[in-house]
Amino acid sequence: YYTTLTSLCDNSTFRWTIKHSFSKKTLAKPGVKNIVLVDGVRTPFLQSGTTYADLMPHDLARAALQGLLNRTGLPKDAVDYIVYGTVIQEVKTSNVAREAALGAGFSDKTPAHTVTMACISSNQAMTTAVGLIAAGQCDAVVAGGVEFMSDVPIRHSRKMRKTMLSLNKAKTLGARLSLLGSIRLAHLSPELPAVAEFSTAETMGHSADRLAAAFGVSRLEQDEFALRSHTLAKKAQDGGMLSDVISFKVPGRDIVSKDNGIRPATMEQLAKLKPAFIKPHGTVTAANSSFLTDGASAVLIMSEEKALAMGYKPKAYLRDFVYVSQDPKDQLLLGPTYATPKVLEKSGLTLNDIDVFEFHEAFAGQIMANLKAMESDWFAQTYMGRKTKVGAPPMEKFNTWGGSLSLGHPFAATGCRLVTTVAHRLQKEGGQYGLVAACAAGGQGHAMVIEAYPQ
Amino acid sequence: MASVRLLLTRRCCTALKTTTARTHVSYEVKDNVAVVRINDPTSKVNTLSRHMQAEMVEVMNEIWGNAAVKSAVLISRKPGCFIAGADINMIQACKTAEEVTSLSQEGQKIFDQVEKSPIPIVAAINGSCLGGGLEFAIACQYRIATKSKKTILGTPEVMLGLLPGAGGTQRLPKMVGLPAAFDMMLTGKNIRPDKAKKMGLVHQLVDPLGPGLKSPEERTIEYLEEVAVDFAKGLAGRKVTVEKKKGLVQKIQDFVMGLPPVRKQIYKTVHSKVMKQSKGLYPAPLKIIECIQTGIEKGNAAGYLTESQNFGKLAMTSESRALIGLYHGQVTCKKNHFGKPERDVKKLAVLGAGLMGAGIAQVTIDKGVATILKDTTEEGLARGHQQVYKGLNDKTKKKSLTTFERDGIMSLLSGQLDYRDFENADMVIEAVFEDLSIKHKVVKEVEAVIPPHCIFATNTSALPIKDIAAASKRPEKVIGMHYFSPVDKMQLLEIITTNKTSKDTTASAVAVGLKQGKVIIVVGDGPGFYTTRCLAPMLAEAVRALQEGVGPKKLDSLTTGFGFPVGAATLADEVGIDVAAHVAEDLGKAFGTRFGGGNVEVLKMMVQKGFKGRKSGKGCYVYGAKSKEKKVNSGAEDILKSFKLTAPPAVSADEDIQYRLVSRFVNEAVLCLQEGILPDPVQGDIGAVFGLGFPPCLGGPFRFVDSHGADKLVQKMKRFEEAYGNQFTPCQLLLDHAKDSSKRFHK
Repeated sequence: YYTTLTSLCDNSTFRWTIKHSFSKKTLAKPGVKNIVLVDGVRTPFLQSGTTYADLMPHDLARAALQGLLNRTGLPKDAVDYIVYGTVIQEVKTSNVAREAALGAGFSDKTPAHTVTMACISSNQAMTTAVGLIAAGQCDAVVAGGVEFMSDVPIRHSRKMRKTMLSLNKAKTLGARLSLLGSIRLAHLSPELPAVAEFSTAETMGHSADRLAAAFGVSRLEQDEFALRSHTLAKKAQDGGMLSDVISFKVPGRDIVSKDNGIRPATMEQLAKLKPAFIKPHGTVTAANSSFLTDGASAVLIMSEEKALAMGYKPKAYLRDFVYVSQDPKDQLLLGPTYATPKVLEKSGLTLNDIDVFEFHEAFAGQIMANLKAMESDWFAQTYMGRKTKVGAPPMEKFNTWGGSLSLGHPFAATGCRLVTTVAHRLQKEGGQYGLVAACAAGGQGHAMVIEAYPQ
Repeated sequence: MASVRLLLTRRCCTALKTTTARTHVSYEVKDNVAVVRINDPTSKVNTLSRHMQAEMVEVMNEIWGNAAVKSAVLISRKPGCFIAGADINMIQACKTAEEVTSLSQEGQKIFDQVEKSPIPIVAAINGSCLGGGLEFAIACQYRIATKSKKTILGTPEVMLGLLPGAGGTQRLPKMVGLPAAFDMMLTGKNIRPDKAKKMGLVHQLVDPLGPGLKSPEERTIEYLEEVAVDFAKGLAGRKVTVEKKKGLVQKIQDFVMGLPPVRKQIYKTVHSKVMKQSKGLYPAPLKIIECIQTGIEKGNAAGYLTESQNFGKLAMTSESRALIGLYHGQVTCKKNHFGKPERDVKKLAVLGAGLMGAGIAQVTIDKGVATILKDTTEEGLARGHQQVYKGLNDKTKKKSLTTFERDGIMSLLSGQLDYRDFENADMVIEAVFEDLSIKHKVVKEVEAVIPPHCIFATNTSALPIKDIAAASKRPEKVIGMHYFSPVDKMQLLEIITTNKTSKDTTASAVAVGLKQGKVIIVVGDGPGFYTTRCLAPMLAEAVRALQEGVGPKKLDSLTTGFGFPVGAATLADEVGIDVAAHVAEDLGKAFGTRFGGGNVEVLKMMVQKGFKGRKSGKGCYVYGAKSKEKKVNSGAEDILKSFKLTAPPAVSADEDIQYRLVSRFVNEAVLCLQEGILPDPVQGDIGAVFGLGFPPCLGGPFRFVDSHGADKLVQKMKRFEEAYGNQFTPCQLLLDHAKDSSKRFHK
């Protein structure tokens, strides 16, 4: 892979890479299969309740899968396995992977399973695929994720469910009537799903606000970061960088081909908003948080041999990855802080080796808190058992095509977007290594190192 | 330092005294907001001592004199404490009611100035905000509290036999309404932040923060200050209003409370409720009612005057002294006087999953210590496991625990039927049946499986520890840990050491008890140790009274009328008639006729008939029916009739019966001190009040002797002695005190 480096250095348009010398020339390890990202696509990410409103989750997932087939020209029976992520489950399609795959025209001989790990569900789908390939069980796996917030399962109350289930068993008319008679007004209040931790009952926005306060992140810093995200996303969208987005003809509606949540505003407009979670003195607002989004993503992951044998030009190598977890109350969203140094160590890289950072932006306050935590020796020593801080990524390499705040965040679809974006940015901007990091509900986190495929 | 710097910038025109460095109160001006920080460097908590008050007055005057200051924030630098109250020692040092009244008036004056402050003052509360601390806070214009578990607000003065004497009785009713104010001041209960917000006691809540670039505690206080400063600015700029919009319910309530006959009815109801609960033995609640009533009906001036005068009067009462004595005693008994044990108990094993065993397991896992609960039968184990679960689950219902915390705590409990993992236990507490041969068997079985360092503690209520230790290969590791039922509610732990018990074993047992949240007395070995030994003669006397025809209800009302929280007959049912019989017989054998009185056969017969007390549904009373009115068990009455004794009229008046019961208790307590079972009177008082329900208003048997007069008590006992014999013979130490009135148990 010496060529990789020279080809990079030859490219004089990226002057900073000339001076750059990596700790390692490649992360290929002897005796370990090279696993590659062949390609990745996603449906446009839309604010929930807009054009996708009448679909079901598997419809969106199917669109992404079909888009991947179209983009790669992959023979449908060449896929060994499908892994798909989702967070808020539609009960009718609890294995949404299978339902979507069947409709997308994959062979009915291709098994599919669904994974869930909150906002890193499709990261989990991808690393599951990596595992299947590394273990020699599969050669070509499709991974992805879908989230559909336009419709969520709203349930009857537990009392009502209990009554209804008993009703099934009631044998006589009298028994049924007495059960019906037992229904009270309280039975009728529904149960709504909340973006809240089950263990602490705290909503994520509330936790993000506390986290921002804990790290002394000001409202201004958050609004500035949110504005940065929207501005960069707009630039990327207008500049045609978001090539992972496929067009999707929504049944009964128009063709959708653009994310619709990108809205660069002014700082004055952002400053006017009232805090959304901690009132009246909080700092997290609707504008500096990621919004409820519908969307799906999919990637094709193969062993390098297989990809080459099938005539593909892979986009990137998927290298080391880690999952971390910590206190779901006070450190709910600090996953990237914990995961980044761990995955770098595993790869034998330093922060300086990374050319492209893609972090999941749950909240501007969460990103800023993570950056401050990564810059803090005290935090590293007191809470992470490390000798020194890992350091914060330089902003010029960080989420330069926008992020979840602006592009949208369909929970289980975001992971694939991050990885595909890293691959595309490495191709466009040049560079050897990219790093993906994300936080997730439950106080978990993930990071993965991605290596550019020789051009 | 901040204050010094500030003075320099202010052209240092104030008098000399202000230039001396302040140690308790400091302030800095941030953006026209004076941030006043309190921190008593000599203590873990802030109290409104004379020193603190003086510095506070100085600082406030400087702030009020500074035209640049538009608002102020009052905050503590201690993570767990805003202001925990007035300095009790300051009150105790006063010799007369007038002195205390003038203390109260000084406090009233300061807080009156705070209330009338020309600039808004925001109290930023994190940690305990109690008594005088709360009175300070409610004199401020705005209150912000953290939702930390440590943040509690309340007026606990009543528990010390006092009242909120710095304007509390006057301001609280106006702030939270009459019913809530009564509730707070008469019960002294702690109010958590969420409730305080709902009640209108605080205006805003601030979430406690997790780790950031500083420790959570440090950063939370900083954050609270930041938020408070913002609100202070808002108040000064009139962007924040203090007035809360009143809901319909509130408006109706205000209207109703505005009607004098309604208020009159409330005073009456509260008064009769207090009389019913306190039996008129506690003066403080009545004085509190008087203060509130005067303030509302006769206006501020009269209200404040009544408050300060009543405060002075209460401080001089024996009840207040007794309660304050108990407070100090409790503080002492929450310390380990035996040093740090060589190793921490990280794994505890409890033998026997009965009421006691399960209770011990619950309070242990609750504090994060892994616990094995072993029983011999699956049914017993399941029952014990359920008891622990229920105990914790009830806390989730009260929201003091989340269901996840409950589950996490439960995961520390390992219920089992065998001795698996005992090789890793650091301490074993046995709570098996009270039978010496069973205990011996257990000692041998356990010692075969535990590691050499492991401590063997026995939770017996009467068997001498040295007798149990006789079966042990290592008596230095054997100790008694006598818990009280229900273990999760009763605060006392009586630790019993034999002359072979090592100091480290004692230190370790005390450390475990403290971790379990217990108030601990450490006593010497002997039949019945201290607590059981005091209780047994009193119960024997109770049985005699029953035999003499005093009905259970009458007996209960006589004992509760003396200040015991639970009547003697009910207590016997709670303890268990079988246990009482067992103990009476054992101690009767050990101590002879001094422990006589009632006939043990009465108890034995009751046990035979299945009247084992509450646990069996019948004892002196019948239990089970949901009706509130307890019914006397006619079966027990029949038994009592068959053992009927004639009551000697000379010693059978109501008061005589009360003193017969109490004097036997007290005499035995004093004898325990005389014999060295008890190390000191403080632990004697704490043990009697916290373990046996000795009337708190009397402060325990020793304080009772001091305040009642040993001579008077001896006189009464001599009279009883004539009628009944040696059960009433005063012990030597009591006689010594009777002879010389300068001898006192408490200085």
